Amino acid sequence: MNRSLRPLAATAIIFLIAYAAAAFQFHGLVSTRVLGNFLTDNAFLGITAVGMTFVILSGGIDLSVGAVIGFTGVFVAVLISWAGIHPLVAFVLALAVAAAFGAAMGAAIHWLKVPSFIVTLAGMFLARGAASVISADSIPINHEVYDWVSQAYWKMPGGGRISLIGALMVAIFVLGALIAHRTRFGANVYALGGNPVSAELMGVPVARTTILIYMLSSTLAGLAGIVFSLYTQAGYSLSAVGVELDAIGAVVIGGTLLTGGYGFVAGTFIGVMLMGLVQTYIIFDGTLSSWWTKIVIGVLLFMFILLQRLVFRAQAARA
Amino acid sequence: MEPVLQGRGLGKVFGAHQALQGVEIDLFPGEVHALLGENGAGKSTLIKILTGAYQPDAGTVVLEGAEVAFRDPLQAQAAGIGTVYQEVNLVPNLSVAENLYLGHQPGRWGFLNKRAMHDGAREVLATYGLEIDVRAELGSFSVAVQQIVAIARAVKLSGKVLVLDEPTASLDRAEVERLFDVVRRLKDRGLAVVFITHFLDQVFAIADRVTVLRNGKLVSTQAISGLSRTDVVRMMLGKDVVFAHAPAMTEAAEAGPALATFAGVGKKGSVQPFDLTLHQGEVVGVAGLLGSGRTEMARLMFGVDSADTGSISMGQPLTLRSPRQAVAAGMGFCPEDRKVDGIFGELSVRENIVIALQAKLGWFKALSRDEQDDIAGRFAEALDIRAANHDMPVRLLSGGNQQKVILARWLAIDPKLLILDEPTRGIDVGAHAEIVRTINSLREDGLALLVISSELDEVVAYSSRVVVMRDRAMVAELKGAEISPQVIVQAIAAQEGAAP
Repeated sequence: MNRSLRPLAATAIIFLIAYAAAAFQFHGLVSTRVLGNFLTDNAFLGITAVGMTFVILSGGIDLSVGAVIGFTGVFVAVLISWAGIHPLVAFVLALAVAAAFGAAMGAAIHWLKVPSFIVTLAGMFLARGAASVISADSIPINHEVYDWVSQAYWKMPGGGRISLIGALMVAIFVLGALIAHRTRFGANVYALGGNPVSAELMGVPVARTTILIYMLSSTLAGLAGIVFSLYTQAGYSLSAVGVELDAIGAVVIGGTLLTGGYGFVAGTFIGVMLMGLVQTYIIFDGTLSSWWTKIVIGVLLFMFILLQRLVFRAQAARA
Repeated sequence: MEPVLQGRGLGKVFGAHQALQGVEIDLFPGEVHALLGENGAGKSTLIKILTGAYQPDAGTVVLEGAEVAFRDPLQAQAAGIGTVYQEVNLVPNLSVAENLYLGHQPGRWGFLNKRAMHDGAREVLATYGLEIDVRAELGSFSVAVQQIVAIARAVKLSGKVLVLDEPTASLDRAEVERLFDVVRRLKDRGLAVVFITHFLDQVFAIADRVTVLRNGKLVSTQAISGLSRTDVVRMMLGKDVVFAHAPAMTEAAEAGPALATFAGVGKKGSVQPFDLTLHQGEVVGVAGLLGSGRTEMARLMFGVDSADTGSISMGQPLTLRSPRQAVAAGMGFCPEDRKVDGIFGELSVRENIVIALQAKLGWFKALSRDEQDDIAGRFAEALDIRAANHDMPVRLLSGGNQQKVILARWLAIDPKLLILDEPTRGIDVGAHAEIVRTINSLREDGLALLVISSELDEVVAYSSRVVVMRDRAMVAELKGAEISPQVIVQAIAAQEGAAP
């Protein structure tokens, strides 16, 4: 089996076992209603994690996504509630700002040769700071588009509902997988993560690819910010603190190698679902502190990093 | 026949160093042209100019009769000149097919046409006699297969000249044969192939013509058919001085008691098992071409690499798993690449000298500043290290003085055995004699020294014994009157299996 498939297979198997075990205890877990809520509740995390997958595949990291979510929420809320701009126009503006922000970070990473960790850390402070300067308080959004979107859903058999934002996340995952595996840009991202020096010698446009990667990540974080504002009907500068780490966790649990080059967008989807499952289980249980979520995710992360090490070491020993 | 690619009067200067000077080379279609020379001879500079990685400071590159100036390797590749390096420059995590097509993938409606890519890759590789799963990731195949994929890519994208930069360095015999088969196919297709290697056997097996460089200058370009192995080695190691009278050690100085015994020490893929005993007060020279296993041998002896066969004893049996243990047993090692593995450029002369002693004592017995000054002063005087003061960063010193600082570092721990790998490399000629003098005086002090060098007249000048390395094995041991540059050259060049 292709070695990058192994961590993905492991994630899928662990998810199935965990789901089966949880479902055995709480029969309510096996329903389209739970599935629908799953998708809706994790939509903003999932959308962010798709962008993060590209960044990590290329061997980088993006710490700014949580702050970009927070900033976008505030930005959109201000445009709609204070300036009276139509939400769809506000969305386009917010996505443009996020894209420009990501492009600037990508350019700094490539041209200034500064590690992505540092550049996106600066980006994180910048975005979070800018959001707080605009408004430190939560800004409620009341608009018919918001009312309509938060009510929009499709019925599934069994009484479950797929909300518009849940469907949006699934669509982003499908689109992300297509870009990663079926386009030149996707191949370039993998090549950068595999060996940047070789990639450059082989004619991969490193500058353009790097800028596009961070642009994609920030734009998707911006989209996640919009989704988060739809979900909460407000914009708040301190929302989504730490989401960048959840996204990185989902990507790694989903079988993507943290050093880049190996992984799948589909794996990230399972990673998000696994994290969501842990959360749902703890809510169902009702007696456990919600902080157990963090502990379980920490253990899972550790297991996966260990597993990848073993898979790749075994491979190296045979080669 | 017209040459497809020519270099005319090529020169390149790095800082004060003339890396290449007035080099001429002609490459004809359908020939395999071997490029030979020791480290620093200018091979890679020449190749980098021909393939667009460097721009020449003097001279021109002529492709099919027209002068060209490549900005980068991609441009040279588009013009027809492809390169494959020893370290396969592909992306291991992508599939074989993706590696062949990266940057040039067949597309359909903005998406990759994977089927066309896989079919195309299978077809291309079949012409190289390679039938593998092109969808599998490249990293899962052996280096030999990756090498052939790299060649296939380079030829597909260029198609006139193929430069192979030490492609066989990490291949075993069968894999080399397979690679040569590919090279012969390309030759028949009319490509000009440039082949860089350190293995003479391979040169004689595949090359049509040979160009030898030394110290950045062209020594000669000749058809292989008129050359013997001794001729080639002589051209590479150079200096017709070699065959003049060198001041050899006339009588083997009476060696002291045995100090260290290496019995059957070897490591798979590095050096074949060798036996060597070092006595107090003797210098053993190690001769051999680059890549013959001489540095690997030193690394085993100092515990940098762990041997997987054999035993070592220094008075009592010794197991070496790290240099730390070797130091504790009384060994010191001055590595080949002084700047990378030897000096701490930003630290002062004093700190560079005391660092090994301090490490041996352990960090809880810190040497006081006075003790440090005393040690640094003593050795700086003994070895005649010329530095304005002992607090200046060692990187500001000349190569010869840096080398003496490293020597001083090991002498400070009062070693019994010193291993010196190319102690005179990159040092100006005047300082050579001084290093040789220092080696001789250390021997007189009763140290055992193992000195690796490609400067044959120096090896002859200080060695009481010389061992010769070839193809990762110790092939000869010369004593006393046998030690002469002529005999050493013959031992290096000797055919496989024939008596040296």
